[in-house]
Amino acid sequence: MAKITFITKDQETIVAEADSGSVMELAVAHNVKGIDADCGGVCSCATCHVHVAADYMDKLEAAGEIEKDMLEFADNASDFSRLSCQMKITEAMDGMVLNVAN
Amino acid sequence: MSESISSESICLIIGASHAGVNAAFALRKEGWTGSIQLYDADPLLPYHRPPLSKAYLSGGDEIEKHLLKSAQSYEKEQIDLHLGAKVSAIDPKEKKITLANGRSQVYDKLVMATGARAFIPPIPGIEKTTHLFTMRTAEDSIQIRKALDQHEQKRVLIIGGGYIGLETAASLRKLGAEVTVLEREERLLARVTAPELSQFFQALHQSNEVQILTGKNVVAAKTTPSHTEIICADGSRYIADIIVVGVGIRVNTELAAEADLVIENGIRVDSAARTSDQDIYAIGDCTLHYNPHYKRFIRLECVQNAVDQAKIAAAAICGKEATYDSIPWFWSDQYDVKLQITGLSTGYQEALVRKEEGEAVRFSIWYFREDELLAVDAINHARAYMLGMKFLKTGQKIDKTKLLDPKVELKPANILQQ
Repeated sequence: MAKITFITKDQETIVAEADSGSVMELAVAHNVKGIDADCGGVCSCATCHVHVAADYMDKLEAAGEIEKDMLEFADNASDFSRLSCQMKITEAMDGMVLNVAN
Repeated sequence: MSESISSESICLIIGASHAGVNAAFALRKEGWTGSIQLYDADPLLPYHRPPLSKAYLSGGDEIEKHLLKSAQSYEKEQIDLHLGAKVSAIDPKEKKITLANGRSQVYDKLVMATGARAFIPPIPGIEKTTHLFTMRTAEDSIQIRKALDQHEQKRVLIIGGGYIGLETAASLRKLGAEVTVLEREERLLARVTAPELSQFFQALHQSNEVQILTGKNVVAAKTTPSHTEIICADGSRYIADIIVVGVGIRVNTELAAEADLVIENGIRVDSAARTSDQDIYAIGDCTLHYNPHYKRFIRLECVQNAVDQAKIAAAAICGKEATYDSIPWFWSDQYDVKLQITGLSTGYQEALVRKEEGEAVRFSIWYFREDELLAVDAINHARAYMLGMKFLKTGQKIDKTKLLDPKVELKPANILQQ
């Protein structure tokens, strides 16, 4: 089980738990504002963009080429950017804090 | 724009797919404190439609995996869902809707997100075909899967080589079906892409053992107890256990027409998604709207337009300034190929194919009218897609020679005109 904290642009904090699925799916299930997930999780739209807390970056599976390319020119992109639809929930994510990018 | 929103106000939304659901949530975000009621004839909790021909068809997922929003989200935002509820009439004078079950409901604001339905062409004999399917709803996808399970031979004929037909072909091939695509035009995706992309998809499907036949105008269908025979204008005949028709849609404008709204190839709306009735808005696939980038009225069947118009309509309903000004985007996943499209290529004069060194299945097609970029089709190339979208937004001019040179890295500084 991983407990993940989402902080939205308007500073709402939502804590949610799951042991499977994607981080985007968890955010949608908890109605996290700013995670629109327009394409439904197929890495086509960049509307599930989050910034990962620095200490968790190396606990994540590396981004694939399409995700990296989507992020390079996405709005509000940083070195800590990820598309949450591509982040499969693992135990290692327990305690992770994510700032919603948009 | 001086109307005040009160908690007594009622906003009804007809259609709970991408457009309608997004409008409901956007209304709350914009400060609508009154009632929000969403109506849809489909009994399922609103779901994403794009996966129906892709992962949902081939993966055997439950629809819960593809929900637009969780059930709790509607509760949390106090959005009343009326599912399995078909709206049969709108009375704009009395400001009320009537449901098929006879019940009626008044509104202050109404949003029409009625979408479109699959079109079945009037081919003689097709009405008697038992295993005939379209691809528009979760039920369609479920029924195709069921039919496939019932047939040992799994011979599938897909009429129409557009995106829906091709995605369905790829998914059914994954499920072990023997798939043939019949396309009326001389190439696949003829109306929407350059010939280079048509050729790419034809080769992709052929390498996955899908038979692609172009120039095939279906003129008759003959059904026997065991199978259906499809006959083309050139005399060729094809036998199938299952037929999927993907030849386009018809916009659901009937309710709007009966309510005397202005309709021209879709419900006509202004830049704030408002129809000819000031209290009725229309969003998504069913609208004819003005796109300022392309300087013309268009009707678009895509997630982007559904979501963007939903946001515009919600803001306008809440009395805010809102103007639709979006660059369209689309995608299609077939086998392990991702196509991403930004912009509208209609009316292009030149389609430049940018190849990447040493990569056969990663390229992009850049559509121009003189030196104006109109659209980009990107195959396994999110960078080209994102850059294309950026350039479309900013209107920056591209150096075509550099764009075409695979030795020049695809970066703004490298390919923009100095």
